Amino acid sequence: MVVRKFTCIECPKGCRLIVDVEDGKVARVTGNECPKGEQYAISEIENPVRTLTSTVLGQGLDLKMIPVRTNKPIPKSRIFEAMDEIKKIKVKKPLNAGDIIVKNFLGLDVDLIATRKAE
Amino acid sequence: MIKRDLVIVGGGPAGMAAAVSAYENGVKDILLLERDQYLGGILNQCIHTGFGINYFKEVLTGPEYAGRFIKKIKGVSGIEVSLKSIAVKLTNDKTITFLSPGRLKTIKARAIIMATGCREKTREMTHIQGTRPAGVFSAGLAQKLINIEGLLPGKEVVIIGSGDIGLIMARRFALEGAKVKAVIEIQKKSRGLLRNMVQCVEDFDIPVYFNHKISRIYGKDRVEKVSVMKVNDNFNEIPGSIFEIKCDTILMSVGLISENELIEMAGVKIEENKTSVPGIFVCGNSFKIYDVVDSVTTDSYLIGKLAADYTLS
Amino acid sequence: MKIYDVAIIGAGVIGTSIARELSRYRLDVALLEKETELAFGVSKSNSGIIHPGTQNPPASLKGKLCVQGNFLIRKISKELNVDFKEVGELIVAFNEDEIKELLRLKKEAEFLGVPGLKTVDKAWLKENEPNLNSVVVCGLYAPTAGIISPYRFVYDLAENAIKNGVEIHTETKVIDIIRVDKYFEIVTSKELFKTKYLINAAGLFADDISKMLTIDDFRIKPRKGEEFILDKKKENLTNHLIFPLPSKISKGVLIIKTADGNPMIGPTAEDIEDKEDFSTSDSGFSKVLLSARRLIPSINDKDIISYFAGLRPVAGDDFIIRHESKAPGFINVAGMQSPGLTASPAIALLVADILKNNGLALKKKLIFHAHRKKTIHLFAIPLPQTKKLIKKDASYGDIICRCEMVSAKEIQDAIKRGAKTMDGVKFRTRAQSGRCHGSFCTTRIMKILAEETQTPLAGITKRGKGSEIIKERI
Repeated sequence: MVVRKFTCIECPKGCRLIVDVEDGKVARVTGNECPKGEQYAISEIENPVRTLTSTVLGQGLDLKMIPVRTNKPIPKSRIFEAMDEIKKIKVKKPLNAGDIIVKNFLGLDVDLIATRKAE
Repeated sequence: MIKRDLVIVGGGPAGMAAAVSAYENGVKDILLLERDQYLGGILNQCIHTGFGINYFKEVLTGPEYAGRFIKKIKGVSGIEVSLKSIAVKLTNDKTITFLSPGRLKTIKARAIIMATGCREKTREMTHIQGTRPAGVFSAGLAQKLINIEGLLPGKEVVIIGSGDIGLIMARRFALEGAKVKAVIEIQKKSRGLLRNMVQCVEDFDIPVYFNHKISRIYGKDRVEKVSVMKVNDNFNEIPGSIFEIKCDTILMSVGLISENELIEMAGVKIEENKTSVPGIFVCGNSFKIYDVVDSVTTDSYLIGKLAADYTLS
Repeated sequence: MKIYDVAIIGAGVIGTSIARELSRYRLDVALLEKETELAFGVSKSNSGIIHPGTQNPPASLKGKLCVQGNFLIRKISKELNVDFKEVGELIVAFNEDEIKELLRLKKEAEFLGVPGLKTVDKAWLKENEPNLNSVVVCGLYAPTAGIISPYRFVYDLAENAIKNGVEIHTETKVIDIIRVDKYFEIVTSKELFKTKYLINAAGLFADDISKMLTIDDFRIKPRKGEEFILDKKKENLTNHLIFPLPSKISKGVLIIKTADGNPMIGPTAEDIEDKEDFSTSDSGFSKVLLSARRLIPSINDKDIISYFAGLRPVAGDDFIIRHESKAPGFINVAGMQSPGLTASPAIALLVADILKNNGLALKKKLIFHAHRKKTIHLFAIPLPQTKKLIKKDASYGDIICRCEMVSAKEIQDAIKRGAKTMDGVKFRTRAQSGRCHGSFCTTRIMKILAEETQTPLAGITKRGKGSEIIKERI
C-alpha cells in the first residue's frame, strides 16, 4: 500500500487529503470535509482531470477575446492539445454565456462553452 | 443639482450585489456608476473557475459569476446603470461628481455606497531596485492583456509573490506557451489558496522559491534577468545565496490595497458596516481585501440593506 | 543637398533651448536626437529646480548663467505657458560652523546679484517650515528659487521651436562628423546632414561627439543621482525647497517640491563609469532616506511611491561653453550638470552670441511666434472648467488614467504634440505616474497610441525600439 497526500482543489478550503492506494486503486481517503474530496482523490489517482479555461478570438464582436471553458473536466494529459485547438477557433456570431462553441471537444464527450456574452 | 435616493460607485461584484440588495429592500431610485464599458469589474478578466461555490453552490468562472448579477440588474427599472462613468469627487454632504464621455454631473444622494475595489501593490511599493525597463507588470495588468486584449506580455516569466492572481497567471502564461521560470515568495509559505498552488503551479512543474526575494532587476530597454536571494525569517539576506534567473517579464503579485482615495479626500473615516458620515457606506475590496468573491457578495448584500434602511427611514 | 545654417546635436533642455532661441532668426536649424523622443537623456531625470544662484562660485560660468537664467526663465515660461512656480529655497545650518558657511554663501550669492536673500532664525523656520527638523539653527532663504517640469519645459520649447521653423530629427544618432571645406557633414543613423555651424549639446556623450572633430581635451564622467518620489498626499510636506549645506561634489540630499505636486527626496551623487547605468540601489535608497530624515524627520519609507536614477554629465567643475578655433564653426556646450536647467535660457543667449561673433548673421524673422497655447491638464483645473471643456469635446470626459485624472483627449493631444511612446505620454500628461503605476490604464493608452500613430499594438514601446510592452498577439 502507498500513502499519497493531496490538497483538494474542489473549493477554496483546500482540505489536506490522505489517500491510501493499493494496486493503483484508492482504498481509503481521510482528511476531506465533504464527499467531493473523496471523489477528487479517486480521480487524482486514477484519471486526473481539470476544467480548462481560456479565451477564443472574437471577430466582428464587441469582445476581442471571448472567455471559454470546458463544461466538464478533461484529462490533465490532454490540456495542451486542447489549447492548440482553442487557438484555432474564431467566433463570428453573437453568443450568450453557456452557448456551446465546440460540441464533443476533442472527442472527449465534453463541450467547449462561452462564459460571457458577446454581441 | 440632480437628486437620487442611492448612488453606488463601482459596478463590480460588490457594487452589483449592493445594488440588487438595496433594490430588493425597497429603494427604487438607484444610480450605479461603472468606469468601464461593462459591468462586472475585475471578474471579467478572471476567466478561471472557482467562483460561486459558496454563494451559488456551483463552480463558475468570473464572467459567469458577474453575468448572473448583470442579468438581475438589467431586468429591473429601479437601477440605472451609467457606464464609462468615473467618480472624481465625493463630499461629506453626500454629493458626488462623475465624468463620462460628454458629461460632468454632480448628484446629491440620500445615501452613497462606495464599492471602488482595490489596486495591486507595485514594484515601487516593494522597493525593488535595479533598472526600469519594459516588461514589469502587475499580475492583474498581465491578466487583462492576455484575457481581454489577447496580447502576450512575455515569454520567459518570473512571478514575484505567490498571491492568487500571481498563481493563476502562472498557469495562464504556461497554457499560452510561455515559460514560467519561477515564483518567488519572501514568506515561508504561499499567500494564495492551496488549491491554486496545486492546479496552477504543481500541475505545470513551475518552481516555487519560498523564503526568497528579488534583489535587483536588470535590463536596459526590456527586462533581461533578475537576481534572487534567499532570506531568513526576518527577510534579511542569507549571504552567498544570490543567483540569477534570465527572463523577459516580471509579474508583481505581492498584495492588494483598498482603493478609497475619494473617501479619504472627503475626510470620511471607514468603520465596520458604516462610515463616519451617516448615509455613506463602503463595501467589497474597497472596505477590506477579500479572498473569495462569494464573501464580497454576502457582505455587500448586507451593506445594500443597511443603505436601503437608511434611505427609506 | 540641403545646407543648414546650424545643426544642434542633442535635444535635451540645452539643445532645445538653443534651438528655440535661434528660431527667432532667419536660419535653417536642425536639432538631432538619438533617442525616440526629446528629453529622454539627461533631462528626463532632472529634479526640476530653478536655482536662485546661491551655490556656485562667483567667478564661474555656472554662477553667472544660473542667476541670469533664473531671471530669463520667467519670461519664457510665460510665453510658452509652462508652469513655473516660485517656491523659494532654504539652505539650512545645523550648528555654528555651518552658519559661518551659510553667511559665506550669502555673500557670494549677493556678489552675483541673487535678489532677496535673508538669513532666517529658528522662530521663522518654525512658523514657515513646521516639519523641518527642530535642531536646525538657521536658514538662508532665497525667494527666487522655483520649480518647473523639466520634460514638459523641453517639450514646450520644442513645440514652439518647430512652429518657428526648426527641424527636429529623432532616432538620429550621430555616427561621425566630417569637415568638408567650410561645412560639417554629419553622418547619422538616418541620413546625412550638412551644416555651416555645429553645436554639441550631446549631454553624456558630448566628449564622444567632440572627439569626432579631434577636440579631445575633456571627458564626460557620469555622476549618478538616485531620487525617490513621495505620494501626492504629502504635497505640503514642505513649503520650500530644502537644502543642506552643499558638499564639494553635490548639493546634497534635498527635499524637493515638484511641478506635479509629489515631493521628491534625493539625489545621491556617485561617480560611475557606465553612461547607460540608470539603476537604483538599496544603498542609495537607505542613504537618501537617512539624509532626508535629517532635514524632515517625519518622512516615512511607506510614503515613497516611485524612484529613478539620472546621470549628470560632469566635465570638471564648470560648464564648457566655447567656440573651437581648431574646428571653426563648432561650439561645445558640455558638462551641463546642475544648474544646467536653470541656466539653459542664458546658455542659449550665450551660444547665439558666440555664433554671431564667429560670423553667423543673426537677422530677426519678420514674424516670430513667441507664444504657445497652454496645454490642458484636467488635474490642474477646477471642475466647472472641466465641465466646459467636456461640452466642447466629449473625450475630456473619457478618463483614462484615474489616479491622475487624465482624459483620452489629453493623451491624444500629447501624441499630436509629439509623444510616440508610453513614457512620452507619461512625461507629458502624467498618465501612468500615479499610485497604480499604469496597472489600470496601460492597455487603453497603448490602444490610443496604436491608433493615433498607426502602429500595431505589438510595436508600442515604453521608450523606443527594444522596449516593446508586449511580445506578441495571442
